[in-house]
Amino acid sequence: MKAAVIVFPGSNCDRDLAVAFESAGADVTMVWHKDSTLPQGVDIVGIPGGFSFGDYLRCGAIAARSPICQAVVAHADRGGYAMGICNGFQVLTETGVLPGALLRNAGLKYICKTVGLKVETSSSAFTEGYNAGDTVNIPIAHHDGNYFADAETVARLKGEDRVAFTYTDNPNGSISDIAGILSENRRVLGMMPHPERAADSGHGGTDGAALFRALTGALAPA
Amino acid sequence: MKARIHVMLKNGVLDPQGEAVHHALGSMGFDGVQGVRQGKVIELDLDDSATEAQVGEMCEKLLANTVIESYQIEMI
Repeated sequence: MKAAVIVFPGSNCDRDLAVAFESAGADVTMVWHKDSTLPQGVDIVGIPGGFSFGDYLRCGAIAARSPICQAVVAHADRGGYAMGICNGFQVLTETGVLPGALLRNAGLKYICKTVGLKVETSSSAFTEGYNAGDTVNIPIAHHDGNYFADAETVARLKGEDRVAFTYTDNPNGSISDIAGILSENRRVLGMMPHPERAADSGHGGTDGAALFRALTGALAPA
Repeated sequence: MKARIHVMLKNGVLDPQGEAVHHALGSMGFDGVQGVRQGKVIELDLDDSATEAQVGEMCEKLLANTVIESYQIEMI
């Protein structure tokens, strides 16, 4: 599996994401935001966490208009796989690849802790390493992780089995406890929690490793 | 020529910062404030040839996220 990890000024989980992909057996290329094309033959694009462009204007807003994001949108439109974690999720909603938006946490505080997530669906390349209904422990670290979408969009996400993860104890006010969602074709995942920070025994938890393993398995050349 | 753009969270979108300001005003003894919504103001310095329609396009494409925000343009 060939993975590309996008690096913006202010990204700070790009190395962690690359290491998690590599540990699962992927070849990883780091791609700078000013590039306008993805490396040839990329299977999955990872948009990492961090504070791209200092969170100026809105979290992820400036990054979403960068040259590389036009290539990421085209990749997703062609049916390519992509995942955005934390700031990467914010970027994907800002591009319109995923619906909704991430608002300031309802309690106004930046929250950095490990939370329980319920796996809502195992029906995606990202979540097939889990069973629906499993609870996994994954860290969050965000100030603007309060997922919002209008009632019609939330109903559609639920109806189409596109909610990937929910919080077992909602930390940030997200509507319907939503922590991560899938695109219509189930090939793009956006989530606020950080599976790449729970992918090695040195992290204090490895519940995120199954996501990267499942992805590598699903996208391995036949 | 300048454009002043007011960006606000849409009605129905929770504004926790506005709520916190509301709470602070109440605790300072300012009674009678029924609600607070906090937004932002963006000022653009424009060429004289710029039109309100162009500013509208800037709002739609970057300056506001119309999933959660509404905007008003003032040409001044």
